[in-house]
Amino acid sequence: MEYEVVIGLEVHVELLTKSKLFCCCPNRFVAEPNINTCPGCLGFPGVLPQLNSEAVRHALTASLALNCEIALYSYFDRKNYFYPDIPKGYQLSQFFVPIGSKGFLIIEDDNGKPKTVRIGRVHMEEDAGKLVHAISGNTSLVDYNRAGVPLIEIVTEPDLRSPGESRRYLEQLKGILQYTRVSDCKMEEGSLRCDANVSLRPMGCPDLGSKTELKNMNSFKAVEKSLEHEIKRQRDILRSGKEVITQTLRWDEGSQATIVMRGKLQAHDYRCFTDPELAPIELTEEDVEKARAALPEMADVRAARYVNEYDLPEYDAGVLTSSHGLADYFESCLELYNNPKVTSNWIIGEFTAQLNSTGLEPDQCSFQPKDLVELLLMIDQKLISGKIAKDVLAKAFQRGTSPRLVVEEEGLLQISDQSELEKVIVKVISENPDSVENYRGGKAKSLGFLVGQVMKETEGKANPRLVNELLLKIIGS
Amino acid sequence: MAIDFAEEVDHVAHLARLTLDWEEKVRMAEQLSKILETARRVQELDTTGIEPTAHVITLPAVLREDLTRPSLPLNRVLQNAPTRQKDFFRVPSITAVKQVEE
Repeated sequence: MEYEVVIGLEVHVELLTKSKLFCCCPNRFVAEPNINTCPGCLGFPGVLPQLNSEAVRHALTASLALNCEIALYSYFDRKNYFYPDIPKGYQLSQFFVPIGSKGFLIIEDDNGKPKTVRIGRVHMEEDAGKLVHAISGNTSLVDYNRAGVPLIEIVTEPDLRSPGESRRYLEQLKGILQYTRVSDCKMEEGSLRCDANVSLRPMGCPDLGSKTELKNMNSFKAVEKSLEHEIKRQRDILRSGKEVITQTLRWDEGSQATIVMRGKLQAHDYRCFTDPELAPIELTEEDVEKARAALPEMADVRAARYVNEYDLPEYDAGVLTSSHGLADYFESCLELYNNPKVTSNWIIGEFTAQLNSTGLEPDQCSFQPKDLVELLLMIDQKLISGKIAKDVLAKAFQRGTSPRLVVEEEGLLQISDQSELEKVIVKVISENPDSVENYRGGKAKSLGFLVGQVMKETEGKANPRLVNELLLKIIGS
Repeated sequence: MAIDFAEEVDHVAHLARLTLDWEEKVRMAEQLSKILETARRVQELDTTGIEPTAHVITLPAVLREDLTRPSLPLNRVLQNAPTRQKDFFRVPSITAVKQVEE
């Protein structure tokens, strides 16, 4: 029997605020345990929680960017459970009325056609602390730095039909959250986390099958891999006539397999109820319209503008706008250098290669737009060749110095001095009499060989056009 | 104490990570049934025409500006910790707790 895959994703995103959701401790990823904690986020009695306005603004912005309806009146509920990472014994979350609901995102399906993925809800909640399992047996160590950090949870309807669609949804979601500066979405630091609900059902069946929940996937690739693995596992179970057990599975990156986790509590076991001590959140229509007006230009709109305004190929526009950092970098370059296509080539090529190998973001590296422009101008002025410019970029990027300094220090200036080049050419001709003969005998290819020898002799610094000209003048006719 | 209610008490005690002896269970069962009885009586009230109330507080939250203040010094953070290891709170391992319970 053929089965249809049904996937829903729950994404938790830490919001880019200075302070935590209900207290003034810093919201910062740090190594030292428990230094960003206070009686509020440690769950001491008698504290006065005060809701962070910036967290609400971010949640509102994200909801609007994801085409949600906004609840002008919402509040926090207590989700009760006992686990050492949650100091109060409950997590504050918007269980009954999420700030955003009924949104959607449009992604590409596996055939490259546009597809609407419905977003059921976007709600605010507080993050839990972190458990570090002690090496020696029966204790766990708790770090509450993360406890109380503002999160939003974004939950799709079960609309995704493949691991590939799921990955594309996540990529698009991440792009939007970064564009709107709601979150930095660093999966490796846990500021974006994804859980997946997966089930299979016979093709054409309207009812959903028993689902499993996948956790602990720490990259988009891991999400895709673990979904593929889980789909195969469920399909094998169903084909053998057995039933899928509803359970929570943990993706193990090392063995590339899923492992059964704790039996999860039933939803009603969390005994959610509205927090009686926290006043409700009231937004006005003006608040919503203000946030809507402040939404930045989204990636797809920006890409379309690059095609129209700068005449860039769609591919270039897509790559440049894949992260707001790269797009901002590109636009900063254009303020100093008016050749979009050349700029784009260098950003997509050599610059991105350096970012990838160092793991830096465009705004973190010392090679700034003015440096790239300096390099491009040196090429235009024929001070260096394009080939040498690639080396210069890599060296300037790695050393944190300007390209001009690299060129000067390494003596890479292109040789356009006619007399200097003539000396090299005479030397090459005397060393390669056969090639000269061959050329005179009508073998045009031999000229290319001689040019190559001159380039080699000058370590790539000779101006190739000038070499060609001079060679022809000397051995030609 | 009815059997199904005993199970209910056990379940709630488990969620709260409490170990109750027989006498405590009987006492909890009595108290819980009184609470549930009160809730049942409230539910009997005729509320037609009364707008549902989502929240007991009628004033909206006053939002605070996103500013940081110094956190608690580490020695005070850990002052009440029953046990600590370096600068961590030390607690029974979850897997260990589970084993004891099961």
